[in-house]
Amino acid sequence: MKIHEYQAKELLAKFGVPTLRGALAHDADGAAKAYAALGSKVSVVKAQVHAGGRGKAGGVKLVKSADEAKKAAAGMFAKPLVTHQTGPEGAKVRKVWVEEGCEIARELYLGVVLDRAARMPVVMASTEGGVEIEEVAEKHPEKIVREWFDPLQGLTGFQARRLALKLGMAGDAFKAAVPLLQALAKCFLEKDCSMVEINPLVVTKAGGLIALDAKVAFDGNGLFRHKDVVAFRDKDEEDARELAASEHGLSWVSLDGNVGCMVNGAGLAMATMDAIKLAGGFPANFLDVGGGATKEQVSAAFKLILKDPKVKAVLVNIFGGIAKCDVIAGGILAAAKEISLTVPLVVRLEGTNVEIGRKMLDESGMKIHTASTIDAAAKAVVKAAQGGKA
Amino acid sequence: MSILVGKSTRVICQGITGEAGKFHTQKAIEYGTNMVGGVTPGKGGTVVDVGGAQVPVFGSVADAVEKTGADASVIYVPAAFAADAILEAIDAKVALVICITEGIPVNDMARVHRVLAHSSTRLIGPNCPGVITPGTFEEGQHKSGCKIGIMPGYIHRPGTIGVVSRSGTLTYEAVWQLTQLGLGQSTCVGIGGDPLPGTTFVDVLRLFQDDPATEGIVMIGEIGGSAEEDAARFIEEHVTKPVVGFIAGQSAPPGKRMGHAGAIIAGGKGTAAEKVKALKKAGVSMATNPARLGATMKELLGA
Repeated sequence: MKIHEYQAKELLAKFGVPTLRGALAHDADGAAKAYAALGSKVSVVKAQVHAGGRGKAGGVKLVKSADEAKKAAAGMFAKPLVTHQTGPEGAKVRKVWVEEGCEIARELYLGVVLDRAARMPVVMASTEGGVEIEEVAEKHPEKIVREWFDPLQGLTGFQARRLALKLGMAGDAFKAAVPLLQALAKCFLEKDCSMVEINPLVVTKAGGLIALDAKVAFDGNGLFRHKDVVAFRDKDEEDARELAASEHGLSWVSLDGNVGCMVNGAGLAMATMDAIKLAGGFPANFLDVGGGATKEQVSAAFKLILKDPKVKAVLVNIFGGIAKCDVIAGGILAAAKEISLTVPLVVRLEGTNVEIGRKMLDESGMKIHTASTIDAAAKAVVKAAQGGKA
Repeated sequence: MSILVGKSTRVICQGITGEAGKFHTQKAIEYGTNMVGGVTPGKGGTVVDVGGAQVPVFGSVADAVEKTGADASVIYVPAAFAADAILEAIDAKVALVICITEGIPVNDMARVHRVLAHSSTRLIGPNCPGVITPGTFEEGQHKSGCKIGIMPGYIHRPGTIGVVSRSGTLTYEAVWQLTQLGLGQSTCVGIGGDPLPGTTFVDVLRLFQDDPATEGIVMIGEIGGSAEEDAARFIEEHVTKPVVGFIAGQSAPPGKRMGHAGAIIAGGKGTAAEKVKALKKAGVSMATNPARLGATMKELLGA
């Protein structure tokens, strides 16, 4: 789960990370008021969307008057913000964060993520702040320093000091960096984060440290024990269909193609998408209905798929293991009748009671094309989506 | 022969009185698995009726191990309590722990790994279908097999192909293809779709390479992480048996979690293309089409 920058800063501040004063605004007038209330001549208006790369896209503007703040915010609210992470359609800006300015001496990068290969969280830090860490990793890998830490102990004092020294910190900045680094690691562990990032971390001309930008994401599996984190959730920022699917216990990812997919199991769902692509088509979605798909889930899944006007044909691929094929076929038929299916449907069933299941589909009187392998099913559905007969 | 589990494996089920635990314990018994007991805190001393079989329930894993001599445990405990269940099994020195539970917070697993690394326990999973060494089906009964997990038993046949996979239903798909082509399986291991699995491809490949009953290996990976690249390096240096591979998610977009917690292309890393390239370089016969996993193995064996 992703949250906004202003929320990430609010969370990090609770762990002792220094941030600047700011205020949230939902319209241009609100931004002007926020500027006036801050009382800082130089301030910054920042678009709040769940995507990176805002600066280059015009989502971060320096302002020196209430009028400038208003204009900057109005510009952001006027049209979707297109960054390299949003896709060409961009992200609608619903809120802006107005923050006081500060005097920057140096910019650093700090991040905490899980290192899957090491099976431990790792703090990554770099003297190259303000640019994306992927870019630094590619061009100057030597400028990234790492400190892996034991999740049972957290980032220890000596580890934090080692990192601070490697970043060339001295004096007041060094003293401030050690607890800040430990705070990041603590937040990562305590709040079940999947990522905590401060980019840039600013060393001010006075020698203090400030988190100028912050990005925090959470492990969805850990949300059940963090009510405070769940409260940060902004459903406006999420894909409407992904959200609807999750409410039915379905795992969904929206894609660009015209072949709707319904599969049980994540691996098989990915493999089915791959087979569609191999057959010359493009999947409209990834959808895992789970190992023991119920009739209700199948029905909800059909409705979601057909909401997408791009979808020209649907492929259902179910490997019935514990759930039997005849039961699944019953679910498909009931759902297809209920929603009066308008596009060609290709069904591939395999597993327990497959003969009974296929027979049910074939004899239903509905226009359902059955296939016995993933390959045959993929070819049939791609042909159907391109306007041919399945 | 087989790896990890066989007909002499003595299995307990943590979470046996829950719906999933009870259901799959019954299926395991029907398959011929030696289910010697179950564990549910607070219900020690009782007996649970599992499809007619009376299975003793213990209040702790240590107690169950002491009374039954169990050397394997399967976990169906809800995600919020599953890490603790794994730690309890490790503490009781259970040699093989198979955690089926999906949805365990990854930080919990990071903590489990710190303990696991200093223990004698092998953990399979979490978020996996389990492990099966197929048995024969004679006179209406399953014989000599051992099924620990949620996979449908009937799709398997005893044989010489080892299967290792991060997926559930895609593994069934591969197994079914093999079975239909007359290629039975020595053991099938689902290592799970989470970012921090207890057992990796490399661990299982090593076991299959050393198992005289395994003659060929099917390996099914997917996007996310670098476990397939590690496997490629291991195969290049240590595996002499024929290996067929498949990577799911060649058409997956970056930055999106594809169902499994571990299936995500992050920061441009963990793509299917990279994994396919590494495995091909290691001499693995990559099936480009998921419908051809079994056929590719058959061709490779010249059978």
